[in-house]
Amino acid sequence: MRKRKACKGSTPIAAAFAVVLVALTVITTYLFVAKTWWFPPAITDVGHEIDAQFMRTLWITGIIFILAQLGLAWVIFRYRGRGRDQRASHFEGNAGMEIAWTIATVTLFVGLGLYGQDAWAKVHYQEAGAGALQIEVTAQQFAWNFRYAGPDGKFGRIKPELVSASTGNPVGLDRTDPDGKDDIVSPIIGVPVSREVELVLRSQDVTHSFFVRELRLKQDAVPGMLIHIHFTANQIGDYEIACAELCGLGHYRMRSLLRVMSQVDYDQWLKETAANQ
Amino acid sequence: MASHAEVVHVHVHTAPTGFIRKYVFSVDHKVIGIQYYLLALFSVFLGMSLSLLMRIHLVWPALHLPFTPGGQMTPEQYLALLTMHGTIMVFMVLTTAPQSGFGNYFLPIQIGAEDMAFPVLNMLSFWTTFVSLLVMVAAFFVSGGAPIGGWTSYPPLSALGEIVGPGQGAGQTLWIVGLAIFCAASLLGAINFITTTIDLRCKGMTLMRMPLTVWAWLITAVLGLLAFGVLLAACALLLLDRSLGTSFFVPGGLVVTDQVITWHKGGSPILWQHLFWFFGHPEVYIAILPGMGVASHLLSTFSRKPIFGYRAMVYAMLSIGFLGFTVWGHHMFISGMSPYSAFAFSLLTMSIGVPSAIKTFNWLGTLWGGQIRFTTSMLFALGFVSLFVSGGLSGLFLAQPAIDLYLHDTYYVVAHFHLIMGVAAIFGIFAATYFWFPKMFGRFLNERIGKVHFWLTFIGVYSIFMPMHFLGIAGHPRRYADLTGVQYLNGLIPVQRFISIAAFITIGSQLLFLFNFLWSLWGGKKATEMNPWEATTLAWSIPSPPPFDNFAGHIPTVYRGPYEFAVPGARQDYVPQQLTPAEVATGEVSSGPTVKA
Repeated sequence: MRKRKACKGSTPIAAAFAVVLVALTVITTYLFVAKTWWFPPAITDVGHEIDAQFMRTLWITGIIFILAQLGLAWVIFRYRGRGRDQRASHFEGNAGMEIAWTIATVTLFVGLGLYGQDAWAKVHYQEAGAGALQIEVTAQQFAWNFRYAGPDGKFGRIKPELVSASTGNPVGLDRTDPDGKDDIVSPIIGVPVSREVELVLRSQDVTHSFFVRELRLKQDAVPGMLIHIHFTANQIGDYEIACAELCGLGHYRMRSLLRVMSQVDYDQWLKETAANQ
Repeated sequence: MASHAEVVHVHVHTAPTGFIRKYVFSVDHKVIGIQYYLLALFSVFLGMSLSLLMRIHLVWPALHLPFTPGGQMTPEQYLALLTMHGTIMVFMVLTTAPQSGFGNYFLPIQIGAEDMAFPVLNMLSFWTTFVSLLVMVAAFFVSGGAPIGGWTSYPPLSALGEIVGPGQGAGQTLWIVGLAIFCAASLLGAINFITTTIDLRCKGMTLMRMPLTVWAWLITAVLGLLAFGVLLAACALLLLDRSLGTSFFVPGGLVVTDQVITWHKGGSPILWQHLFWFFGHPEVYIAILPGMGVASHLLSTFSRKPIFGYRAMVYAMLSIGFLGFTVWGHHMFISGMSPYSAFAFSLLTMSIGVPSAIKTFNWLGTLWGGQIRFTTSMLFALGFVSLFVSGGLSGLFLAQPAIDLYLHDTYYVVAHFHLIMGVAAIFGIFAATYFWFPKMFGRFLNERIGKVHFWLTFIGVYSIFMPMHFLGIAGHPRRYADLTGVQYLNGLIPVQRFISIAAFITIGSQLLFLFNFLWSLWGGKKATEMNPWEATTLAWSIPSPPPFDNFAGHIPTVYRGPYEFAVPGARQDYVPQQLTPAEVATGEVSSGPTVKA
């Protein structure tokens, strides 16, 4: 039988593998701890809850990651071959351990999942309150437009055949409809701080997705559907809106702005925007 | 269940003569396996070239590339590269090499059969797959170019034709047709695999004595049989919407660049997503299960120990296969689907982490107490375990809809699926290649080059995909052709640059593998021994390469399980499956079924 020199010389390669795994673990852990590239601060209460659930998940998966990669490094090094005449231990399994780690894993994973349902429920199971500020969001290739109901509080009719970006009617508003006379259409979305806002998402052409990082909110705008989501922003500032569903060649530049303002500033902004219709 | 006192023989064809019958239109599962493998090898280099161009464009957009006459790459060209990269990698590489490539070659041998149950069907499956690749690649060369809707091809973008974007005309049609042809080929293959495994096992090869690779190929084939039909149907419906004016996926009242779409009404874009992902989720398990089988097989062989918990490994794969059909909605938390169903999909998805975790524990348990031999194939199998852990854990974030609200359609998802599916499965393919190459071609791949290939690739893929998690956490959406649109991406460009450089190096390192592969076919060290790895399964009891009917007319009988290593009292640290008890006791192998090399 052919002499195999791999076994005796296995220390360098086993050590190298272990070192690489340890380095991977250390670097990855450091990057998650240092948060060099991280979430921007959340500006909603539910956003903070989502962040808390993320951290819970990160702790658990982080510990498992470290134990598993270091565990792999250890068995690789500890049980490197010592020579062709050496026998491995012979065991085929351990039913007790199988049962134990199955139960532990189920409990941990399913438990974690159940814990996170609370935040999801707040976002999606509960509708916006009756006093929420309603804003209609229209997505199209490749722009966002936002419609306010105006002083009468009612949205006017929309007709596809009236859509004309070039003549300043991107959403197809029917100005002959009395309800629509005072509607305000804006390329950016302004909201008053600490006021619940209800967005009604729609799309003119293909599927887009409304995404604002600081809100911790993302929702596809699906053609043929009117999708309601709600949020309450509690921090004044400008926040970028990005499209998060591939919608064609301009997908990367389909951006807008969420401007959270004091009530006074918001009223002013709305008045100015209305004047420009 | 047929008893196996009576061995079922496949129709034993005579050895083929002539170049065409031997190497082109062969019905020999071994030749077909190699054909599939070579198709995948071509496709992976094509797929990597596409992603290399993507990575270059993202961080050096001013660079003029050969196929961008007159200027920089346009956004639609980037998206076309992206679409075809994903499609070619998922279908032509990950669904092909592990299952149709290695499965075709080694399934019959590992169960003691002379060929697949339906050899002619097998040949047709390969050539149908080949045609599907041609049709797919043709999309690059038609007017408008390749489609730009991603490998997921969501309507209405994929249904409305060229008015919604370049490439959405003829290119998108060819893509759909190519994919439909691929589905048909896969269904035929699945039927072959299942029938072969159930009916053609040799005497003594009970289900619980099958190598874990065979279990993996069997479960994968069942997934394929149930899932590819749905994708085929979805493709058909999409083609109808595009060409016959139906509206399965397109609602009414749409306006595209001020033009009202009057010829569609009443369809639902979400319907496509349900159909696609009902296929798409089992598809990712189709991509990874064979790799899991190979990892188990190699970890046992090169630790010189039985696999830890063989039965648990089988049940875990069965659970993954079954649960894999129940979780598709986790791709759709944000889609407009009922949020209550998100709750159900979320819990099921968290649950599928359990059998995956069990497999990881058992791989560690296999290594524990072992005498590890660090062949190149073993290095890739060990790397598979590390990558599977990394990729799997990031899934626990995405499985929770509240967290997915943020991470969906960001680079976090790209990191996750590349690690757990793309890279881990590729490592399974590499591990299998370095392990089985000597058996297939009678020569070894060069181990020294192999080890350099391993280290560069292992460090390389982590360098590419670990940073992507942070891009996602910072909110960087995916499928962006350009980083100058959304302003908050500015701070992330240095990370993108690092990733591109890492990709450049890692992709370049694969040329080492290609060189090794091609050179070793004719100049590699000869594999004169039948069993150089001292393995236990039936493949290592026949010559390298095997005779046309695998066992030279003498079908083996199996007396024990597939991982009998370090058996107390045995003379050697391994006991092959086909040795009779007498042969084990005396140490004398009778002239038996195998022909001397």
